[in-house]
Amino acid sequence: MPENTVQLEIFEGPLDLLLYLVKKEEVDIYEVNLTRIATQFIDFIEQMRSLDLDIAGEFLVMASTLMYIKSRELLPVDKQALVEDEDDEDDPRWDLIRQLVEYKKFKDAAGQLQVKEALQEDIFARVPGKPEFEREESPRHPNLSIFEIIGAVSSILKRYHQREESRDVFADRWTVSEKIENIVLVLKTKAVLQFSELFGQTTSRVEVVVTFLALLELMRLKQIRVTQSEPFSEIEITEAPREDFATTKIEEPTPPSDIGTAIPIVQPPLFPL
Amino acid sequence: MELKSIIESILFSSQKPLTVRELREVLSVTADKSDDIFINSLKKTKDEELQQVLAELETEHSLLGRSFRLACVAGAWQFVNQPEHAPWLKTLFGEKIRPPRLSQAGLETLAIIAYRQPVTRAEIEQIRGVAVDGVMQTMLDRGLIENAGRAEVIGRPMTYRTTVDFLEYFGLKNLEDLPSADELRRIPVTKPKTLVTADAVGTGEVANAEVVVETEKETTDLPAEQSCEEEPKA
Repeated sequence: MPENTVQLEIFEGPLDLLLYLVKKEEVDIYEVNLTRIATQFIDFIEQMRSLDLDIAGEFLVMASTLMYIKSRELLPVDKQALVEDEDDEDDPRWDLIRQLVEYKKFKDAAGQLQVKEALQEDIFARVPGKPEFEREESPRHPNLSIFEIIGAVSSILKRYHQREESRDVFADRWTVSEKIENIVLVLKTKAVLQFSELFGQTTSRVEVVVTFLALLELMRLKQIRVTQSEPFSEIEITEAPREDFATTKIEEPTPPSDIGTAIPIVQPPLFPL
Repeated sequence: MELKSIIESILFSSQKPLTVRELREVLSVTADKSDDIFINSLKKTKDEELQQVLAELETEHSLLGRSFRLACVAGAWQFVNQPEHAPWLKTLFGEKIRPPRLSQAGLETLAIIAYRQPVTRAEIEQIRGVAVDGVMQTMLDRGLIENAGRAEVIGRPMTYRTTVDFLEYFGLKNLEDLPSADELRRIPVTKPKTLVTADAVGTGEVANAEVVVETEKETTDLPAEQSCEEEPKA
């Protein structure tokens, strides 16, 4: 058959091919002329064979069923071999059509599943990020009072009993801005700075005081956070989270350009020592 | 404050789809932690009540026609975008990582299992008219189907059913959500009076004959664990 020569569709099986042939006839599946379909089906198989394509066994079984149906029709009704019991169910034409109808429904259902499959590729679920609530910080002693910090500093100052001779004149060896830079730098590499660590390197009373002032200045600017996990425990210094800058922006009347820029440059030392 | 807005809020902030049971859990635990009379009153929220509220929310969101909607997949609810906005979201997130699309044979086989489960391999082959061994193995490997015990017939063949992954893959609420589910589970086929076989067109009156043949399986009662009403077992 010439119209079959360009037929290169892949069929899922003999039923699929039959459906295709029925569709080409453009008639209702129940009204299809099975004899004609049988001829086309066998032509198709011949063609597959001529193209050296592997013909699955199922196609041959279907071809034989169709040939059987066709051969039955060749005999006049009264000469047809009596089927054991003349039941509608045993009519091979009916069996085939019923099978075709059922297959067609599932083929359509498969098509609908395919649409859903493709649609699902375009659906993105809303997955919000887990809100960060600084879980480990919340049980801390958040409002560390100034007295506690002063208490801590005075205990460090006790290390340096001797007061420097007041009449001695000497150059400022430490400045608050230097110390601020220093603390900020240390916090860049270290998540948590212990209060005792901060004063571990100090060599004199003056240096302790300067360091302490730097600490207070950074707290005032909300660049750092000074916390205590429980009363009387070690005081810890951490970098303030980004959100704090945002709140600073709103609360403080200072121009926003101040925030985030390096403190030592913008803010001159308030307490030149 | 009503239950509906509370549920909406929970789903809006949830990082994963939530089932009715999980929503009930959130209400219950919150009630345990609170002294508030209203919050406590929600402890006894019934599943049916939650179902109702979820269904209302779903309808409300779809009526609003927003760029997102509330969706239930395999019994769990979450907010998803509308598919038409996918091009921009794909730019934002990249393509979704999904296994390659299923073949026609795979889809047909899955459709049969989905509508007729539990079903044996022989029944599937009967409908499709071809052997399905290869494609069944692929579906098992991809976790879209699973064994569902043996059928109590001669030879005790293995039966198969679809999995929760199947519902998720196709974005289905439950098995009832399958397209034209009622029609496919039980197919009445009416035999016409005359079947056309010979080249000469048969003698008319094809339709409305009385013989109604129904396929043996009338599985209207589905496994409950895959429906949205009764969420899947873990």
